[in-house]
Amino acid sequence: MKRRDFVGLTGLAAGALFLPSFPSFGGMPVDPSRLLEPVMDAAVNKRLADAALNAAKSAGASYADVRIGRYLNQSIFTREKQVQNIVSSESFGVGVRVIANGTWGFAATNTVTEAGIAKAAQLAVQIAKANSKVQKEPVKLAPQKGYGEVSWKAPIQQNAFEVPIAQKVDVLLAANAKALENGANFVNSALFQVNEQKYFASTDGSYIDQDIHRIWPTFGVTAIDRTSGKFRTRQALSAPMGLGYEYLTPKAADKVMGPAGSDVVGYKNSYDILEDAARAAKQAKEKLTAKSVTPGKYDLVLDPHHLGLTIHESVGHPLELDRVLGYEANFAGTSFATLEWKKQGKPYGSKAVNIVADKLQPGSLGAVGYDDEGVKTKQWALIKDGILVDYEKIRDQAHIVGQNESDGCCYAQSWQDVQFQRMPNVSLQPSKTKMSVDELIKDVDKGIYIAGNGSFSIDQQRYNFQFGGQVFYAIEKGKITGMLEDVAYQANTQEFWNSCAATCDESDYRFAGFFNDGKGQPSQSSAVSHGSATTRFNGVNVINTARKVG
Amino acid sequence: MAILSKDDANTILKKVLSFSKADECEVTLNGQNGGNIRTARNMVSTSGAADNVSLAVESRFGKRSGVATCNEFDEATLRRTVQRAEEIARLAPESPEYMPFLGPQQYLTSNAYAQNTAGITPDFRAKQAGASIDLCDKRKLSSAAFLQDTTGFVAKRNSKGLEAYQQSTNMDFSVTVRTPDGTGSGYATTDFTDISKFDAAKLTQIAADKAAGSVAAKAIEPGKYTVILEPAALVSNTDASLLGALMQSFDARNADEGRSFLSKKGGGNRKGEKLFDPRVTIYSDPTHAEVPVPAFAGDGRPRQKVTWIEKGVVKNMYSSRFWAQKSGIADIPNPGAFIMEGGTQSTQDMIKSTAKGILVTRLWYIRPVDPQTLLYTGLTRDGTFYIENGKIKHPIKNFRFNESPIIMLNNLEAIGRPQRLGGNLVPPLKIRDFTFTSLSDAV
Repeated sequence: MKRRDFVGLTGLAAGALFLPSFPSFGGMPVDPSRLLEPVMDAAVNKRLADAALNAAKSAGASYADVRIGRYLNQSIFTREKQVQNIVSSESFGVGVRVIANGTWGFAATNTVTEAGIAKAAQLAVQIAKANSKVQKEPVKLAPQKGYGEVSWKAPIQQNAFEVPIAQKVDVLLAANAKALENGANFVNSALFQVNEQKYFASTDGSYIDQDIHRIWPTFGVTAIDRTSGKFRTRQALSAPMGLGYEYLTPKAADKVMGPAGSDVVGYKNSYDILEDAARAAKQAKEKLTAKSVTPGKYDLVLDPHHLGLTIHESVGHPLELDRVLGYEANFAGTSFATLEWKKQGKPYGSKAVNIVADKLQPGSLGAVGYDDEGVKTKQWALIKDGILVDYEKIRDQAHIVGQNESDGCCYAQSWQDVQFQRMPNVSLQPSKTKMSVDELIKDVDKGIYIAGNGSFSIDQQRYNFQFGGQVFYAIEKGKITGMLEDVAYQANTQEFWNSCAATCDESDYRFAGFFNDGKGQPSQSSAVSHGSATTRFNGVNVINTARKVG
Repeated sequence: MAILSKDDANTILKKVLSFSKADECEVTLNGQNGGNIRTARNMVSTSGAADNVSLAVESRFGKRSGVATCNEFDEATLRRTVQRAEEIARLAPESPEYMPFLGPQQYLTSNAYAQNTAGITPDFRAKQAGASIDLCDKRKLSSAAFLQDTTGFVAKRNSKGLEAYQQSTNMDFSVTVRTPDGTGSGYATTDFTDISKFDAAKLTQIAADKAAGSVAAKAIEPGKYTVILEPAALVSNTDASLLGALMQSFDARNADEGRSFLSKKGGGNRKGEKLFDPRVTIYSDPTHAEVPVPAFAGDGRPRQKVTWIEKGVVKNMYSSRFWAQKSGIADIPNPGAFIMEGGTQSTQDMIKSTAKGILVTRLWYIRPVDPQTLLYTGLTRDGTFYIENGKIKHPIKNFRFNESPIIMLNNLEAIGRPQRLGGNLVPPLKIRDFTFTSLSDAV
């Protein structure tokens, strides 16, 4: 058992078990007013950064980069009619990464003075030199031109940290009230807000100032049948986004209806938490008496909120080049999509499968101007017409696949963690020809429509996976006929993507997202979005997950 | 200054309390230092070191509470931090679940600190990682490993007279060894409060043997099998686990509210009911010599020896102080670690007494499927072997399972000798009718 998880089991954490997931923050709790202090001064940062770079070079580094970071988080937790906790945290410090004797070294400090930073730079060089004694191959970086002094800001309309806490609490309590009015026995809700103020500089000649925002309103409702002792939950269909507080002002144009008869509504760039909470309560109650699924082969119609997780696990992770090469073998695992497998040109998916990686899409969690090693971000193809064409890679990996350019997807969760290759946004391209959800299911003879992401598990090489969901509807002869329960599907990644029959057009395209994708040792979190439109997969194996105990 | 002595910590805590003008004030100092080294492809990939001390001040006016922190310790900063906590408290809503701070407490003595772990150096880490790599180089195998060590302390003091201080140390090491062609993989892991018995090469040997032995795995049909689950298949220090999930479900409030496997039909909870095989006894003990944990929980409540399951019967559940008072139950904090009682058999002894079965080294990517039944799914990984007539017959391909620890602990065949893993003490278990639902091509 994860010891630190067990230690955190009381009160808040126990309630949080009913939320989709529970973020971990490295910062310290602070007065909320601290979160409104002006962003860091670029001129001061440049002076401090130069101190680090000069100290590293003097100590013998052939390359150095420095990240001065102020990481702000605010989380509000409520249940039913009350606030459980409000946590405002701030983490400020500097991380210095160097190459000396052809080996990486890293050190971090929260003593943000020229002397403190220089000391960290010297320690990083010392560590690099010590480790170089057991190193067999020198680090080889893809060339990167310096950008000079540049900046990038997330295109938000309203900084969530500027909204009074009372107003944010009111929204969550109003959502809870909607859930309770509509039959929920319990409801936990939360609002997570993140602001990363990052200043990057390197010996390549870049000085990059960035201001990044993320937000995630979410909840979980529970409905209970006391007589039978049965309970069912339904979690929010919101997506964590790279947006400001404007995400919580619902706009009609951002609502996307599920297929006729399903009572599912998806959300694009704004979210109606009150409407979703009310619907969640009704659906959780309906789940208590829904028909238990008959196991077998079904055509699956997967909504983007659900499909985002399947893309994340079965495409996003296996195409991380560090996994492919074995650097994550002791924890996250390796990948079936090895360099040899790619050379064979076997189909990853059907011709309908076109998947791109990017760090650009506005409102996505991955969107930044430059990554954490000073590379300008871009979009690139991973899978074209079902064939694997590229991986996700950073500067010290590009040469391994014969390329001379990083993809710009290097990230560290804080100033005190070393940056490494992380997943960019990975998105399934929508159909170029017009296709609505109702058109997509009209030819399905025996199928299941799944909305919302739920239980998920995949092996360490990303072959065999099993996914649940939030709500399941039977499709018979092209029509939704009612709710199902106890549904999970098991598939092999390649068989699954090769069973992809069709996807809806751009009008149905929207993001799913994850605040806390874990990777690395010590483990680091990163945030990533996955865009897709509702998509059909034929003949997938569905199991029944109902069991009887005690 | 990451690790402060009790006296040095008290000097700061007393000074901070003297600045308080609130109805109640509680001050906590928390410090850690440590380092790590990571290897892959028989090379060091990353390593680092970090230390930090922080102070948290919680001030209360009536049922309103505010928290502020700092990590500088000059008088002006300390005064400002107290003032800030008081300002936040005045603006906060009243908490309907308010509980006054605890007064003076008696704590057990827990030896959760070992000097030789606190004294780990970068050289020690590099030497252990180097020994692990050398072994794999010689055997022409490829390893990826991680070693991390932490020394920490917590000191707490409040206006009601509570005083608490604890130091602790921990080191954990894990290694995955693979054959160069990727057809075999083995894993081993260990953790210690006191590192005197740690030997990275010895542990790497186990992982290497499993890697070499798992080449050319055969596929067998999914279904219900007798399994021997080694401790790394039951608990984990990096991921969710079957026994971890079970113990995380012992929250009294969730049970009373009707949303736990410990909820009773019609209301109430299942304390006192026999829900597991009579050989299942799980308890916690902060003073246990092999798996000590701090003698107090985060809110200052004392940790005592507590039995959770005795001879298959649910004996206790933990809860918040508010819930314990509201429902009139024993006020038991979360335990920090657990101990499952076992027997004397080694894993090898358990294999010898198995006519047909499967040895599972590790389970992976374990996620809840149904919270009602504690049904979990996940996969075998890094060493899965078929047993016939008391011997390992051949390696087999990995499986996905869908199983509940409740069902598992009712299908108990045998319990082995407990071992420390993830700070817990867990025996290997032989389980009948363990449910594998599909095959995986992953190695």
